[in-house]
Amino acid sequence: MDSKIPVENLFSIEPVLSSSSRRSISTHSKASSGNSIREVNFSDLGSKPVRYGSHGAESETYSMSQKEINDEDARLVQINDPVKTNERFEFAGNSIRTGKYSILTFLPRNLFEQFHRVAYIYFLVIAVLNQLPQLAVFGRGASIMPLAIVLLVTAVKDAYEDYRRHRSDTIENNRLASVLVNDHFQQKKWKNIQVGEIIKIHANETIPCDMVLLSTSDPTGVAYVQTINLDGESNLKTRYAKQETVLKITEKEKIAGLIKCEKPNRNIYGFQANMEIDGKRVSLGPSNIILRGCELKNTAWAVGVAVYAGRETKVMLNSSGAPSKRSRLETHMNSEIIFLSLFLIALCTVVSVCAAVWLRRHRDELDYLPFYRRKDFSEAEEENYNYYGWGLEIFFTFLMSVIVFQIMIPISLYISMELVRVGQAYFMIRDTQMYDESSDSRFQCRALNINEDLGQIKYVFSDKTGTLTENKMEFQCASIWGVDYSGGKATSQDQEDGYFVEVDGKVLRPKMKVKTDPELLQIAKNGKETKDGCHVHDFFLALAACNTIVPLILDTPDPIVKLIDYQGESPDEQALVYAAASYGFMLIERTSGHVVIDIQGVRQRFNVLGLHEFDSDRKRMSVILGFPDQSVKVFVKGADTSMFSVMDRSMNINVKRITEAHLYSYSSLGLRTLVVGMRELSTSEFDDWHSAFEAASTALMGRASLLRKVASNIENNLCILGASGIEDKLQQGVPEAIESLRTAGIKVWVLTGDKQETAISIGYSSKLLTSKMTQIIINSNSMESCRKSLEDAIIMSKKLTTISGNINNTGGTLGTVLTPVALIIDGTSLVYILDSELEERLFQLACNCSVVLCCRVAPLQKAGIVSLVKKRTVDMTLAIGDGANDVSMIQMADVGVGISGQEGRQAVMASDFAMGQFRFLVTLLLVHGHWNYQRMGYMILYNFYRNAVFVLVLFWYVLFTCFTLTTAITEWSSVLYSVIYTSVPTIVVGILDKDLNRRTLLKYPQLYGAGHRQECYNKRLFWITMIDTFWQSAVAFFIPLLAYWGGTIDASSIGDLWTLAVVILVNLHLAMDVIRWNWITHVAIWGSIIATFICVIIIDAIPTLVGYWAIFEIVKTGKFWLCLLAIIVAALIPRFVVKVLYQLYTPCDVQIAREAEKFRTLSESAAVEIEMNPILDPPRR
Amino acid sequence: MSSNTPSSSAGGVGSADAAAPRRNSKRPKYSKFTQQELPACKPILTPRWVISAFLLVSIVFIPIGVVSLFASRDVVEIIDRYETACVPQNFSNDKVSFIQSAVDKTCNRTLTVKKLMKQPIYVYYQLDNFYQNHRRYVKSRSDSQLKDNSSWNDVSSCKPEDMSNDQPIVPCGLIAWSLFNDTYNFSLNNQQLAVNKKDISWKSDRDKKFGKDVFPKNFQNGTLIGGNRLDPSVPLSEQEDLIVWMRTAALPTFRKLYGKIERDLQPNEVIQVTLLNNYNTYSFNGKKKLVLSTTSWLGGKNDFLGIAYLTVGGLCFFLALSFTVVYLVKPRQLGDPSYLSWNRNPAGH
Repeated sequence: MDSKIPVENLFSIEPVLSSSSRRSISTHSKASSGNSIREVNFSDLGSKPVRYGSHGAESETYSMSQKEINDEDARLVQINDPVKTNERFEFAGNSIRTGKYSILTFLPRNLFEQFHRVAYIYFLVIAVLNQLPQLAVFGRGASIMPLAIVLLVTAVKDAYEDYRRHRSDTIENNRLASVLVNDHFQQKKWKNIQVGEIIKIHANETIPCDMVLLSTSDPTGVAYVQTINLDGESNLKTRYAKQETVLKITEKEKIAGLIKCEKPNRNIYGFQANMEIDGKRVSLGPSNIILRGCELKNTAWAVGVAVYAGRETKVMLNSSGAPSKRSRLETHMNSEIIFLSLFLIALCTVVSVCAAVWLRRHRDELDYLPFYRRKDFSEAEEENYNYYGWGLEIFFTFLMSVIVFQIMIPISLYISMELVRVGQAYFMIRDTQMYDESSDSRFQCRALNINEDLGQIKYVFSDKTGTLTENKMEFQCASIWGVDYSGGKATSQDQEDGYFVEVDGKVLRPKMKVKTDPELLQIAKNGKETKDGCHVHDFFLALAACNTIVPLILDTPDPIVKLIDYQGESPDEQALVYAAASYGFMLIERTSGHVVIDIQGVRQRFNVLGLHEFDSDRKRMSVILGFPDQSVKVFVKGADTSMFSVMDRSMNINVKRITEAHLYSYSSLGLRTLVVGMRELSTSEFDDWHSAFEAASTALMGRASLLRKVASNIENNLCILGASGIEDKLQQGVPEAIESLRTAGIKVWVLTGDKQETAISIGYSSKLLTSKMTQIIINSNSMESCRKSLEDAIIMSKKLTTISGNINNTGGTLGTVLTPVALIIDGTSLVYILDSELEERLFQLACNCSVVLCCRVAPLQKAGIVSLVKKRTVDMTLAIGDGANDVSMIQMADVGVGISGQEGRQAVMASDFAMGQFRFLVTLLLVHGHWNYQRMGYMILYNFYRNAVFVLVLFWYVLFTCFTLTTAITEWSSVLYSVIYTSVPTIVVGILDKDLNRRTLLKYPQLYGAGHRQECYNKRLFWITMIDTFWQSAVAFFIPLLAYWGGTIDASSIGDLWTLAVVILVNLHLAMDVIRWNWITHVAIWGSIIATFICVIIIDAIPTLVGYWAIFEIVKTGKFWLCLLAIIVAALIPRFVVKVLYQLYTPCDVQIAREAEKFRTLSESAAVEIEMNPILDPPRR
Repeated sequence: MSSNTPSSSAGGVGSADAAAPRRNSKRPKYSKFTQQELPACKPILTPRWVISAFLLVSIVFIPIGVVSLFASRDVVEIIDRYETACVPQNFSNDKVSFIQSAVDKTCNRTLTVKKLMKQPIYVYYQLDNFYQNHRRYVKSRSDSQLKDNSSWNDVSSCKPEDMSNDQPIVPCGLIAWSLFNDTYNFSLNNQQLAVNKKDISWKSDRDKKFGKDVFPKNFQNGTLIGGNRLDPSVPLSEQEDLIVWMRTAALPTFRKLYGKIERDLQPNEVIQVTLLNNYNTYSFNGKKKLVLSTTSWLGGKNDFLGIAYLTVGGLCFFLALSFTVVYLVKPRQLGDPSYLSWNRNPAGH
């Protein structure tokens, strides 16, 4: 359920996105004729979730402020009057309960939840059937025990988890917060906080409920919060208190008012409300609310009024489990299960038909037959005993045979599969090669039921920013006033510490070092003496000031040295501020009223007169600074397209042209570019702006659009200072990872919001594109041109790929290797292609291409592309991404992987697996995916076999008992068979067996093809297994039968022989297929056999059971042991022979690699240096 | 993008991180177990291994087969089917009415010893087509009643032979009710041949399963007599015929031990058997046989296991040979990378 929010979120903003993309069509078509530098993709900057979210919410508030919140849909909160607030409606208190059960409700609710599973229902129905006296095949205890065990284990697990939740709830509920009671702040437990109360939060405290900010220690009412618990973003976010309330609190005025806000909902980026205070009406938006779970930072205190409490807070509404998917293997398995059910029905029909015939033929004898005795003579009148007529008897026989043969449907398999997946997940999480050092994050398994799908992935859809790249922006080069400075070198080697300033004997140093260009550094140091120096000064001042970065001073172990950490929502801005700091323009302090910048060792204070935040329509932001010399300047920074359109026409054309050329070269290097401009404002201009800005920012209606208009008015006639190039570094190992994925036969599609040049250059550097490839580029802006270019492209790609077609006659489906084709397509074209009949063409084309690169795609288009592929193939798809814009794609794909990186945790929350780095995908798919698939495939087949052998042995015996469903095997043994006798080894093997070791799998990525070809689980294997099952059960049954035919053997003894024979046989069958024997496997397999002996002995030591002492009598005879030996050898010979022949003469790749692993380890150990994942640190023990 | 050395970026960020204490690092602890690198043995089916496995099986199986076959052949068995022969001519068309009538059921049979029979010679009766494993039949007993005098009225599971004349039956149930009641008397050269009926049942049954304080009560008192009567003064633990009978047979053709003859029988000796043909198998066409048999370490006479062992052993020998031939004719080098699918077919990807 959790997973739905982002999608809804995205839907709500869809009109915005599509309108913006439509707008870019026009710019595109204009630009494409000439220079192709267009715009910096600002919308792809760091904090996508916030941007999209807040933007969406903003437009919502905008529309809502006109609409009014309906009274029915609103909640009314009386500020500082909880009694009155809760009078009419009982709002939820602030105590939370994440625990599902209480002591009283535990049993019924837990049982109810457990019985949601079909498997348990099957168990239950069978157990209930067995309780009917006519059908009582097993005793009461024996029939209920397996169900009881499973229920008990699950219940204990649930109870323990719930106990832990209860404990953490108690801790949470008893935390203290200061609440205004009778005009004094008093400590109150969290659970007693009520809606309407005023709460004061101090720095670094956690916020106890969702509150509307009223006032903060900052005179302008700014508060900084860290939302790491909410969405995982560690940077600080600014929240504002309304001016109307700020003063009241600071002046200790009694505050009263009414907040009318929307009903609790789970959108953490949206909030809309009105506040009536002093007769004035103030509208409130998402930036006025602080949410439970956030921490107050950098602000001494903040006061707010609680509006949502307890379970109605946004964080609680958002906490729900991971999405559930069903694995492909399981889907296939279910069709085989249906076959097994048919087989079960067939067996039962055979039994009942035979029983019917027998009853009919002997109908005259039944009354007196000593072993049937239909008539009961003990009463005065003779009546039928336990006989309900021929038809009913047959019906009962049928039901009884269902009970006896119930484990034909391997219900235990579902439980074993769950256990195995937990085990596999444990090893994936613990894999040191999937641990990310830089973010200190392990691999996460969020979905537990699709582990084996990782072994069959055919398509990988990857986001670029933050997925292929680190999303750690690094300032690379600048073009200032037409001069390119790109000779940057890493300072860490040249100079010890980079730039720092000393104040009061303390050294301040930026947390991150940036490589600097020595020439530029020199110019910057020389100050404003030269003209160049002046431009450089302005440029860096703009970088340092024109942003929303908040500097934090951190302590280091050295008391003299302090680190400055720049916190902000956008990594690009961070990079620019760090860069400015390295060149001597260090941002020291930022409040809402001023910034302090240390310029070459001199601290200067600038008043921030106005700030126009970034929005995706303008694609730029600006800040108006009041200089110490009373001059006022506006600094603007934004995407190139948006900046060039607002520049001063009269400006030096030459500088503009050179800058454009530099921008082009930067973006073809894969750098993200931003253009910086400024203008000095005259006093009158400033005054005009000031009054307009004041009016707009206090407007009640349509504030956002008014502000936008004010910004657009001031942001014009700019003088271009220069441009910056920021590198978004490729993550470590990405080219190698893509290379291996491609070798493994996985198609990698990159879907990015970046522009085409950046995308292509990243494509080259990540080895996605190679110089050998022919590129087909589709940039169209109408349906018709799309169709045409698609058709041309298909013809071309066919020509290129089917040159070999005449020779090998295969129709060219395999011929993609001759000239690899890369398809590059942009979002504008996709607008026309997706959801139209052109989809099919695009798919055809994409199938011919070895690489597909989609640029400038919107989040929903990403999902559209995934579903395009998913709908048309049976191949598995995987989507990997890190941002909120990837959420829809991650949910659409069969397997969703989230990168827990710089951007928020939304992608991780929506994903099935999460990890720190893109390159772990190779380990995940090629190693763990392969293993999991092989293990699970084998396990399913083995479980089918295991249960069927047992059922068939029971079935054969029934044929010799007048079809009356007697079992020679004791009922306890048949119950314990799948619980104790044979369950552990298959689970252990399912978790631990490895067909190949990690090194081989990484060295030959082609081995991944085993999953694509479904080598480990397919219909053919299923049928072979079933035939083998038939043979083995026949051997296990008939050897004792014939050996003891006409002898003195009693049912219990031969039953024990059959039990042991089947259990040993089944375990040795497994042993024969185990590839890697470690001590755990040994313990599990041999231990199970021993455990079976012990169980049989215990059962036979109970004097009230029929089989008392039978096992001891029979083991004394040589015949028993000879039978056992003969059964095992004779049963396994066919399988062994087939296996040997298959392995020797039609070996699969895995088999050869296994042999190579075993026999060639010495000769090739030197050659395997080319490891995919170099271990960064030597493993520590 | 040539400057894209992956490590340089890690340096910038890492420098601050490196200084930070690593105590709370989430790095998974390295162990051979968690990395799935436990020392393991990886058996591979090499031709040598396969051939020796087959050879080993045949080397083990063929001698066992021979020995078992000899053991089975050494067993001397005399089987006499008598259920038809013991019905007088005038009843041959309606055997059921014969067995239900009060006619004298005595019948004399003559058995000739073909080979030397060493003692002990086991006397069995063999029933064919008698489903002692029928569901209704096997369930119709009360083990707690047999074991313990105090639960003498625990007859709930014994229907339809639970009560007779409103009194619980001890031992109750169809099994006990249908107790076999033919008797055999052997004489050799007109001398009574003693049949030892002691210790024909399992000691464990006598000690634990059938109580020493449980005496037959109200047994075979109903309208329909199923079989033998029991001496009410003898505790169940000593009613060995009952104990043997109550160990229900696994298969519809079965033997039950009647007694032991504890002397050797010489070839060509003629044994006179006087039997009382009481037991009704005629209603379901069941056969009755009297069996005298010696025994071997493998039990009674049954060639099946020996033949099975010889077959499997021979098959394995044949497989070993053919694998050797196949391997010599068409060897494949193990682990040769040129066999990998992408190496075999360079065009395919």
